[in-house]
Amino acid sequence: MLNKKSETLEGAVGRVKDGATILIGGFADPGTPEILIDGLRDLGRRDLTIVINNPGMHNSGVARLIEDGCVSKLICSFQWPKESLVFLERYDAGQIALEIVPQGTLAERMRTAGSGLGGFLTPTAVGTVLAEGKEAMTVNGTEYVLERPLRGDFALIKAYKVDPRGNLIYRKTARNFNPIMAMASDFTIVEVQEDVAINELDPEVIVTPGVFVDCYYVTGWYEIGKPRSAGNA
Amino acid sequence: MSEQTNLLTRQQIAARAAQDMQDGWLVNLGIGMPTMIPAFIPSNRDVMFHSENGLIGMGPPPAEGEADQDLISAGKELVTMVSGGAYVHHTDSFAIARGGRLDCAVLGAFQVAVNGDLCNWRLPNQTSGSVGGAMDIAAGSKRVFVMMTHTARDGAAKIVAARTYPLTAMKVVTKIFTDMAVISVTPDGFVLNEVAPGLTADVVQAATDAPLNMDAVGTIDVAA
Repeated sequence: MLNKKSETLEGAVGRVKDGATILIGGFADPGTPEILIDGLRDLGRRDLTIVINNPGMHNSGVARLIEDGCVSKLICSFQWPKESLVFLERYDAGQIALEIVPQGTLAERMRTAGSGLGGFLTPTAVGTVLAEGKEAMTVNGTEYVLERPLRGDFALIKAYKVDPRGNLIYRKTARNFNPIMAMASDFTIVEVQEDVAINELDPEVIVTPGVFVDCYYVTGWYEIGKPRSAGNA
Repeated sequence: MSEQTNLLTRQQIAARAAQDMQDGWLVNLGIGMPTMIPAFIPSNRDVMFHSENGLIGMGPPPAEGEADQDLISAGKELVTMVSGGAYVHHTDSFAIARGGRLDCAVLGAFQVAVNGDLCNWRLPNQTSGSVGGAMDIAAGSKRVFVMMTHTARDGAAKIVAARTYPLTAMKVVTKIFTDMAVISVTPDGFVLNEVAPGLTADVVQAATDAPLNMDAVGTIDVAA
């Protein structure tokens, strides 16, 4: 059996090269592969395009990549206005490009890429500034915008359990973008809480089959993000 | 500052909006005030809440000591799941939204126009802005209700004849719940359904930048 397990963090993320497009899972803290992101930061790569729903809050995750000047472009749906401070500072200084994509469109663009499709038609954003420059089409009387696939050179995702084939299950709302991003990259790297023996994961409940997984790194449980307070809402 | 002393509280607006959540509905709630609605759903109604980060059956905040770091709402609040709920990934979550499975979305707004145009994601002149799932949910939900203060902090009308803010979704809003009134958005224009106790229809009209049909105006029941 192909060995997908990486014993070291550097071994897991070391393939990433300058200029790569990287899909990073998570919605707010849950499902964000914090340890892989730290490993990526330590590599000091440059000119990265990062695709993530919401870029690093406070001083965690992608905020640190941005702070170190590793990121030239960000594709996201949401930067928390009060918390993505590092991003906003760089954006205002013209040091980072931004592409805002509606959240459902962001997910579907990656699913489309992973599914070998050339795009899709969505009613989302019709008539808005986010549809400017995109082809419009009317099907059965409904207006749609043509959206194109979004593929990554790499995906950095987080899962709950993995077996030696790379089959994955997730935990609660930490699932979010992770299964989609696993499909949509040329090389998918998984940060996973726990690895289990073959046959320990019920094939009926596997969310991401190992065919979408190239490499995994086991981290154990850790407390994610920073302590939340009411002021973070 | 507004001189109105009869404005509804946020809780009272939420309680009134909750009355319109029908038995059997699946509802998405926008960040902010709409998240107060679940506490006011009548106990004899089965209303499920969808959170676009992959949660069908969102429940109230966890009891002390029962929080789970992997279970949050789209507004990043720690939440729980109700019995019979399900976790889904993001494309399924948005298939639910665009595919017409949301009976209702209750969202905040900067502006609502008489044609139902919704503006709630970006301020004029802002170059970034955080769209999140607002456009997908507003475009796909069977109904879009808006819950907001009737006017902006500076007193400017938010219920308008034509929008001036960046659009979120075209012609989607059908009902508006504010601290002054309940207003329906119809093909014939805004209809003033109810006013807050102690307010007159004329006061609401004065705070609204489009004509209101005032043929049959009731009073919001704040005892509910």
